[in-house]
Amino acid sequence: MSVLLAFAVGAAGGVGAALRYLVDNAVPAKVRARYPWGIALVNLTGSFVLGAIAGALTGTWLTIIGTGLLGGYTTFSTAAVDAARLLLKRRITAGVGGTIATLVGCVALAAVGYALFA
Amino acid sequence: MKYFRVPPAVLVGLGGAIGTVVRYLLSLAVPGAVGIMVINLSGALILGWLLTALKMRGPDEGRRTEVRLFVGTGVLGGYTTYSTFAFGSAEFFADGSVALGLGYAIATVVLGTACAAAGILLGRRFPMMGEKK
Repeated sequence: MSVLLAFAVGAAGGVGAALRYLVDNAVPAKVRARYPWGIALVNLTGSFVLGAIAGALTGTWLTIIGTGLLGGYTTFSTAAVDAARLLLKRRITAGVGGTIATLVGCVALAAVGYALFA
Repeated sequence: MKYFRVPPAVLVGLGGAIGTVVRYLLSLAVPGAVGIMVINLSGALILGWLLTALKMRGPDEGRRTEVRLFVGTGVLGGYTTYSTFAFGSAEFFADGSVALGLGYAIATVVLGTACAAAGILLGRRFPMMGEKK
């Protein structure tokens, strides 16, 4: 582990997180009020790109872009809190359905991205 | 009190850089699916607590919004990751370890939602100091 690489990963993660905020907010508030589509969109696109990057790159660049940029761009904590909030509000279909759809979609897109660029 | 407001995307980016470095260092210490799972579950618990505690303390404005963006969306958002989790799960399937892939995916999502719910319930009971509603 080099300190320089840790800084690069952090900087890339910061860019990814800011990008996540901007993409999430680009989804109209009225749409996000019904279901957190913004974070779902972020995680689906980020999983696809990580698959593609993991197929195309190795080593330091994979760490900076995969662990840093895309790790910071996608997020699990917000998705989990959104799901828990829906379930606590008894919105079971949205909570369970959205969680399963996001999970299956992200795993499938990561695999497709890898297959396309490997 | 008036003070200089940092643009939200910058607050999120600075927090995200910190969270990402912490995840990177932890995933070096505990490599593979186990490390990522511990990171995602702990992040879900803390974020559930934080967002609820902030709501309990008052409306989403001023300093509370800044803490939500910097610590919640930034640090904890960058600390946890969906892409590495999803790709890790896909790797298990690609290696023919269907049971491990399913177990990792389902356990992360079910336990993650449970951790977030536990955080929310903790936040309602223990919003810490500051003015309460």
